[in-house]
Amino acid sequence: MTLLKVDKAARNFGGLKAVDQVSFEMESGTIMGLLGPNGSGKTTLLNLISGFLAPSSGKIIFNGQNLAGARVDKIARAGIARTFQLVRILPSLTLLENVMLPAVFGHQAHWGKEADRVAREALEKTGLGDRAGAHAGDLNYIDQKRLELARALAAEPELLLLDEWLAGLNPTELQEGIRLISSLSGSGITIIMVEHIMEAVRALCPRCAVMNAGKLIADGETSQVLSDKSVIAAYLGDAEDA
Amino acid sequence: MIRLAIALAALAALAVVPMFVSEYELGLMIGMATYVALASAWALFSGHTRYISLATVAFYGTGAYTVAVLNETLPYPVVILCAGLIGAAMALLVGLSTLRLSGIYFVIFTFGLAELVRQLITWYEVTITGTLGRYIFLDLSARDIYWQMLALVAIAIGLTAWINRSRLGLALRAIGDDEVVAAHSGIHLARTKLFAFTISATLITLVGAVASPRWVYVEPLIVFNPTVSFLTVIMALLGGANRLWGPLVGAIPLFLLFEWLSVNFPDTYPIFLGLMFIAVVFVLPNGLLAGFDDLRARFGRTKP
Amino acid sequence: MTTLVLGLVLGGTYALLALGLTLQYGIARIMNLAYGEVTLLAAFVLVFLFQTAGLPPLFSILLIGPAGYLAGWLLYTVMMRPLVQRSQGIPGKLEVDSILATFGLLFVLQGIMLVLFGANFTSISYLDQGVDVFGVSVALNRLIAFAICLVAGLSLVVLLARSRWGLILRAVALTPGSAPLVGIDVNKVSRQGFALGTALASIGGASVAMYQTFSANDGVVFTMKALIIVIMGGVGNVAGALAAGFALGLVETFVATTFDPGLTLAATFTIFLAVLIWRPQGLFGRRQ
Repeated sequence: MTLLKVDKAARNFGGLKAVDQVSFEMESGTIMGLLGPNGSGKTTLLNLISGFLAPSSGKIIFNGQNLAGARVDKIARAGIARTFQLVRILPSLTLLENVMLPAVFGHQAHWGKEADRVAREALEKTGLGDRAGAHAGDLNYIDQKRLELARALAAEPELLLLDEWLAGLNPTELQEGIRLISSLSGSGITIIMVEHIMEAVRALCPRCAVMNAGKLIADGETSQVLSDKSVIAAYLGDAEDA
Repeated sequence: MIRLAIALAALAALAVVPMFVSEYELGLMIGMATYVALASAWALFSGHTRYISLATVAFYGTGAYTVAVLNETLPYPVVILCAGLIGAAMALLVGLSTLRLSGIYFVIFTFGLAELVRQLITWYEVTITGTLGRYIFLDLSARDIYWQMLALVAIAIGLTAWINRSRLGLALRAIGDDEVVAAHSGIHLARTKLFAFTISATLITLVGAVASPRWVYVEPLIVFNPTVSFLTVIMALLGGANRLWGPLVGAIPLFLLFEWLSVNFPDTYPIFLGLMFIAVVFVLPNGLLAGFDDLRARFGRTKP
Repeated sequence: MTTLVLGLVLGGTYALLALGLTLQYGIARIMNLAYGEVTLLAAFVLVFLFQTAGLPPLFSILLIGPAGYLAGWLLYTVMMRPLVQRSQGIPGKLEVDSILATFGLLFVLQGIMLVLFGANFTSISYLDQGVDVFGVSVALNRLIAFAICLVAGLSLVVLLARSRWGLILRAVALTPGSAPLVGIDVNKVSRQGFALGTALASIGGASVAMYQTFSANDGVVFTMKALIIVIMGGVGNVAGALAAGFALGLVETFVATTFDPGLTLAATFTIFLAVLIWRPQGLFGRRQ
């Protein structure tokens, strides 16, 4: 069943076309890599889907509803959660409170013991279960990332948007991260992951979409996409530049 | 539970105080209670969301002026109700226009709001009704006012405690840290802020209404005194704006200091207050209670 | 026609006031609520120099401008810099801290002015003979004030657009994060921007003193108007601030003559409200 249909989404900043007529569909339960050189519009596209930015034109249809331009919290309550490229956590709350937010205010609207349970489960999944009462402001970078993911999971989302979540991890952490995302995908969550780490992309994503200068230049089976000439050109420049 | 019992006991003790103190001391207690109520009501919204409202006196003065206008035509409880409603309406106007935007617009709007309301009322009174000064002839003793103010203190602090435990409290704290994250978690930013701000502003308006009979003669220039906004903020900040008892801890000593300063340095006290304010912002940005916590933590760490 | 001419003349002063504030907020990221107090202080100094030393106001303004720059420079170093350092990396914290700190400063300055100059209305009588402008009689001192503001304002615009210093100032205003990468000392430039803003406030205040009656309690109103103009014109947008300043001057004069002088602040606020609801990034600002 088609969970997400992005239909000619576009976002302009003055004269700059950050996202230029991007269209694709996703079935529920699938996982897709979103690749592209820096500045190609990947994060902007995620921002359009999560509602942080409104599209200049086009539709974003989620579960049959067009959410383009809707308010961020409404989109969140529809079942979409995300992490951010620059980690955003709430430093004056505890880990548990940080993670409880979407459990309480998301579409499941838990409270009390239920919210507590959902939050703790999410913390367990990302390895932070034993520090639920600690202050989020004291965390190091890696743990902050884990917290952010736990928060996204506590929303019990149908669609999860990961913005370079694996960036900055050492090899061990990277393998752990890949395993974690794999298990999430296995549990039925639909995932779009913006990534630069090809190892992770090949391991996790059977399908990839590639953006360049705002346009979607490739969308298909991963190994095919990664050997596509225009994709290589986008990353490395044309043959004559080499 | 124990804390609640202690708080209630303290409240009961405070309620019987008027039997044992002089007229002057009762006046002081009314003043203290007024500012504890103001600071607590202020912190209810601004403490967690970090949206600094500089408009305390706009609402306080409106409450007082409502009583001044209506006290001879309507029974007292109705007047108080009207004051509350007008305060809420004003808060909605301010909130609906500024709380959907970044915090800076809210602060700026509240900064000029008191002046605006004062000028509007002055213009109206001078041009249309022709009565610039008004009289409050209410049969209320100082004790009556004290008890009402004490009730408002209890309501303000009680509401804050209840909100802190509720969904609203969690949402407000999230908003104070990062609105983007809060929104992505499903929090309706504007509605949450508007709701809390309206509660806070209505309480402040009621404080002004209840305090007004002490004046007898009321004029826009008197009731819209910027020092009220100023003191409210510094008291809440000093004690700790995001703590339940912070505003109270900040209000009591500062009020006494203010009383002493305005008697002994009637011309220069604004300078002292301003310097104190700046000192608090620099030295104790999170307030006294947070400072105590830090000290305790540090002593705890150095223990073997 | 009268409204037009008088409104534009008033607008010139407002535009200059707003320019100073937009520099302080745009470059130094300081939301200075004590801005109006600085303006008033300059006005009082001008009157003081005129009344006690007999210094002609035009001469005083030449002194007051640089004095304002120096005062702003000192103020930034002593008060603002620690706040800037404290809020490194935490978005929005500097705004909140600077609002609170300058709120306290407002009271300090207002208190000082009340003690030194009293709460009475002050004015001087200088060059107030009428001059004919397009058939409207305008006081010469207003025209001179307008000319000063125009000169100062346009100099600033040219400075920002054409000079190297202006380029550096604009760079820090637009991307304070990247400016150090090209060798710009953000702290120094912020201080310069802040000081420049203070200088403009001082010149504006001193010009106003030539023709307007004022008292030590007027600070908040000045600040408020400057803030509203800055927002209407778009934060950091110099041309926008100028245009919005003129617009406000026109509206105020219109309201004062057509309705009632007591409603000018209300009119200003109404426009503010309208702009907030309709275009919160300002009439000329860029949507972020």
